[in-house]
Amino acid sequence: MKFNLKIWRQKNASTPGKIVDYSIDNINEHMSFLEMMDVLNEQLIHKGEPPVAYDHDCREGICGMCSMHINGRPHGPLAATTTCQLYMRNFKDGETIYIEPFRANSFPVIRDLVVDRSAFDRIMQAGGFVSVNTGSVQDANNIPVNKQHADLAMDAAACIGCGACVAACKNSSASLFVSAKISQLALLPQGQVEAKERVLAMVNQMDEEGFGSCTNTGACEAECPKEISISNIARMNREYYIASLT
Amino acid sequence: MAILDSKIPDGSLETKWSNYKSHIKLVNPSNKRKLEIIVIGTGLAGSSAAASLAELGYKVKAYCYQDSPRRAHSIAAQGGINSAKNYKNDGDSVYRLFYDTVKGGDFRSREANVYRLAEVSTAIIDQCVAQGVPFAREYGGLLDNRSFGGAQVSRTFYARGQTGQQLLLGAYSALSRQIGLGNVQMFNRHEMVELVVIDGKARGIIARNLTNGKLERHFGHAVVLATGGYGNVFFLSTNAMGCNVTAAWKAHKKGAFFANPCYTQIHPTCIPVSGDYQSKLTLMSESLRNDGRVWVPKKQGDKRKPIDIPEDERDYYLERKYPSFGNLAPRDISSRAAKEACDDGRGVGESGLAVYLDFADAIKRLGKDVIEARYGNLFDMYKHITNEDPYQVPMRIYPAVHYTMGGIWVDYNLMTTVPGLYATGECNFSDHGANRLGASALMQGLADGYFVLPYTIGDYLSGEIFTKAIPTDHPAFLEAEKQAKERIDKLLSIKGKKSVDDFHKALGKIMWEYCGMARNAEGLAKAKQMVRQLRDEFWKDVKVTGEADELNVDLEKAGRVADFMELGELMIDDALDRNESCGAHFRVEYQEEGEAKRNDEKYAYVAAWEHKGVGENSVLHKEQLVFENVHFATRSYK
Ligand SMILES: Cc1cc2nc3c(=O)[nH]c(=O)nc-3n(C[C@H](O)[C@H](O)[C@H](O)COP(=O)(O)OP(=O)(O)OC[C@H]3O[C@@H](n4cnc5c(N)ncnc54)[C@H](O)[C@@H]3O)c2cc1C
Ligand code: FES
Repeated sequence: MKFNLKIWRQKNASTPGKIVDYSIDNINEHMSFLEMMDVLNEQLIHKGEPPVAYDHDCREGICGMCSMHINGRPHGPLAATTTCQLYMRNFKDGETIYIEPFRANSFPVIRDLVVDRSAFDRIMQAGGFVSVNTGSVQDANNIPVNKQHADLAMDAAACIGCGACVAACKNSSASLFVSAKISQLALLPQGQVEAKERVLAMVNQMDEEGFGSCTNTGACEAECPKEISISNIARMNREYYIASLT
Repeated sequence: MAILDSKIPDGSLETKWSNYKSHIKLVNPSNKRKLEIIVIGTGLAGSSAAASLAELGYKVKAYCYQDSPRRAHSIAAQGGINSAKNYKNDGDSVYRLFYDTVKGGDFRSREANVYRLAEVSTAIIDQCVAQGVPFAREYGGLLDNRSFGGAQVSRTFYARGQTGQQLLLGAYSALSRQIGLGNVQMFNRHEMVELVVIDGKARGIIARNLTNGKLERHFGHAVVLATGGYGNVFFLSTNAMGCNVTAAWKAHKKGAFFANPCYTQIHPTCIPVSGDYQSKLTLMSESLRNDGRVWVPKKQGDKRKPIDIPEDERDYYLERKYPSFGNLAPRDISSRAAKEACDDGRGVGESGLAVYLDFADAIKRLGKDVIEARYGNLFDMYKHITNEDPYQVPMRIYPAVHYTMGGIWVDYNLMTTVPGLYATGECNFSDHGANRLGASALMQGLADGYFVLPYTIGDYLSGEIFTKAIPTDHPAFLEAEKQAKERIDKLLSIKGKKSVDDFHKALGKIMWEYCGMARNAEGLAKAKQMVRQLRDEFWKDVKVTGEADELNVDLEKAGRVADFMELGELMIDDALDRNESCGAHFRVEYQEEGEAKRNDEKYAYVAAWEHKGVGENSVLHKEQLVFENVHFATRSYK
C-alpha cells in the first residue's frame, strides 16, 4: 500500500509548526498505524532527518499515551479504538492521511505530535482519590458493594486518560475525563465520605486549567476509545449541584 | 570483595516478618521531614512506595519517563492479582501460596522473602478496595475470585481484563493525593541516566529532562529503583515500547549486583509475529487455555487449512505429553513444547512460527454464547489485530518474552549491594525464582511498595538523621553528570550508517536465538562473541539524529539500546554458568526425557554478578539458597 502523509512538524513549544508532506510506499496492510510511523521514521533517520516525535508506549490501547489526531479525528477513523490499535487495512490504498497533535489550549504542543497533558494529573491531585493511608484499612469484604454499582464504577474507571474527549470537543471541555473519576468514586461506598469535597475540588481545578465548559454535544463520548458514557457527566453535574447547595 | 548478606531474620518462617517489623529501627516524625527519598518509577512498585513513604512523612521525589505516572507498564496487566485471602474457603492459606510460589519458581527463590510476600498479600486487597479499586464482585456484593495459571485454588482477584490498570490507578490516586499535599514532588518525562554514589552510599541521581534534554542533579538520602523489567532486550516482547534496563544498569555499573539475569519468562499465548516491521507482541490471556486445545499438524510442512486437516492428522501435543495437565501445563513447559513443534517443521501460518489454539470443540460442547461470554473481549482483540475470526478458524499463537525474574540483587530489606539503594517490583530479583506464577507480579510490586519498603527503609534512614542534604555541586554529582553528558555527546557524534532500531533488532535476534527458550553452551559462547561484536559496531556505526538539548526520541532509544547491549552479554554469561535446567532457564544439555533437569547440589544458589567494566568478565557471587521448610521436589506435570 501507498500513502500520502501530511504530518504536523513543530520543533518545540515556542517555534511555530507546519504541515509537512511525506509519501510512503510498500506498506503492508497488517502493519499497525504506529508501525507505519516507525517505517517512516526509520526512513527519515537513514536520511539524517529527525524522526517524527509522537507519544506511545503500551501499543495495546491501555496506557493512554498515544494521542494523534488522524484525518480530523482523535485516534483516527474507528470507534472505540486508540491510535495504537489502528491497522493500515483500516485505510485506503493511495489515501492522503492528515496526522496532527491533539488540539486544545490546555494541551500545549511540546514537539511534533507530542502534547502536554499534565493538566489531567493536576485535576487528579486536587481530589481524584479516597483519603486512606496505607495500612489503616479494614478487611476488604467488610465493604460489600452492590454488583450493579460495582459494574458501573468499573465502566467509568476504564478511562485511560488519553485526552481524546478534550480534543474532540469544540469547547475543549474535560468533563468526560473528570466525570469518569467522580462517578467511579461516587458509586462506591468507599468514595462517598468525601464525595462533596471531591467534586468541588476537581471541577474547580478543571476550570483553573482552562478547559472549556460542556455544552452536551456528545462528541467526547463518540470519540472516546473506551466508550465512557456521557451519563457520567450528568452524574458529575448532579454531584456538583448537591455539593454546592449543601 | 563484597559478601552477600541476605539479612534474613532469625526465627520460624511464620514469625520472622512480624518479629522483625517489631524490632526494626524507627525514624521519629520530625526527622522524617528532613529525609529525602528518590523513587524512580511509578508502576505498581514505585507509586505504592512513593505514596506510602510520603504518608509516613518523608520528603519524596518520584520520576517516570512517560508523560504521567499513570502510564507505567503495570497498566497493561490483564489477568489478576493473587492473595491468600481464602475467601472461597477452598483451602488456601499463606503457607499454600508460599509453597506454590517456591515450587513454581523451581526452588530458586528465598524462602523468607516468599513467605513474607504471601503473608502481606491479604493486606494488599484490603488497601486496594479502600482506595476504590473496582474489583469484580459477586451478586452478594462480596469480592469474586478466579483460579489462574493452573492454580488449584481460586485466589486471583481481578477487575475485568484490566486488573493492572485498576491497581495502578489506585496507587496513582494515592500518589496524586500526596503530590497534591506537597509531600511528593513528581518529575514526569524524566529519565534516570546515572546514579550518584558518595562515600559508598547512594545519594542521588542524574536525570535527563526528556522535554528539553537538560541534565538535572537530584539529591536523596536514599534512592529506590522501581523501574520494571528488561524484556525489551529481546526487541520483541509484550512489554511497552519504553521499558528499559537503563536505571538498573547504571546502578549495576556503580556497584549494585545483578542477580539471575538469564531467568526470562516466555509466555506461551501471544499473537505471533506477522512481519519484520513488527514492533511489539501482544499477549492473549492465559485463561484461553481453559477451553482452547493446542495443536499442530502431524505432518511436517502441512500447508492445508486447519479445517481441512482431519482429526487423526492433528497432534494435540500438550494433551499427548502431559496427560494430567494437558492444555493447562505451566508457562515454561507450554512455551517450550510450542517451540519444539515449530522447530520440527510442524508450525503453522505463513512464518511457520505458530501453533493453533482451537475452540471448535469447546464451541460444540458449550455453545458459542458461553464461549463469547467467557472470552468475547479476547476474541474481539484477536480479530482486531489479525483480521481473523477465532469463532471460525483456530487462533494462531506463539510464545513471547513477557517477564524477567532476574534483576538487581536485594537483601531481605530490599536493599541492594550499594547502601541506601533499594530495588522493588520487577526491577529486583527476589521472590519468583526461576519462573513466576501468573498473577504474582502485581502482588509483589504492591507488597514491596505498600508493605515492605516503608518499614525496611527506616532501618537504614534511622542512621542518616544527621546527614544534611548534600548540595548537588558536590564533585560526585558533577562527575556523574559529566559521565552522562559524555555518553550522550558520543552517541550523537558517531553519525554512522545504521539506525538504533537496526541494532536493537539485531541484538534481539541473537538473544532470542541463543538465549531464549532453549539454550546450550556452544550457542551461548557464540552469542557472547556476537553481542560483543555488535556492541563494538554500535559504538562505531550508529546514527542518532537531532540534538542533546531537545525532546529527542531517537537519542532516548539509543541510550536504552546501548545499555541492553551490555546487559545481553551478562544474561549470556549467567545462562552459561548455570549448568542445569530450572524453571524458565532450559539448557538442552540438561534434561531427562525431554524435561528440565535441575541440579540442586550444585546450583541451588542465586547468581549475583558484579560489574568489572564493559568488555571485562563480570564476577560471580553466590548466595546459597537454604530450604528449611520445603523439600526439593521435581516439578512434574505429566
Ligand atoms: C502484557 C502484560 C500482562 C501482564 N499481566 C499480569 C497479570 O495479569 N498479573 C500479574 O501479576 N502480572 C502481570 N504482568 C507482569 C506485571 O504487569 C509487571 O511485572 C509489573 O506490573 C511491573 O511493575 P513495576 O512497578 O515493577 O514496573 P512498571 O510498571 O514497568 O513501571 C516501571 C516504571 O519505571 C519508570 N522507569 C523505567 N525506567 C526509567 C528510567 N530510566 N528513569 C525514570 N523512570 C524509569 C517507568 O516510567 C515506570 O513508571 C503482565 C505483564 C505484561 C507485559
Ligand atoms: S500506546 Fe498505550 S494506549 Fe496507545
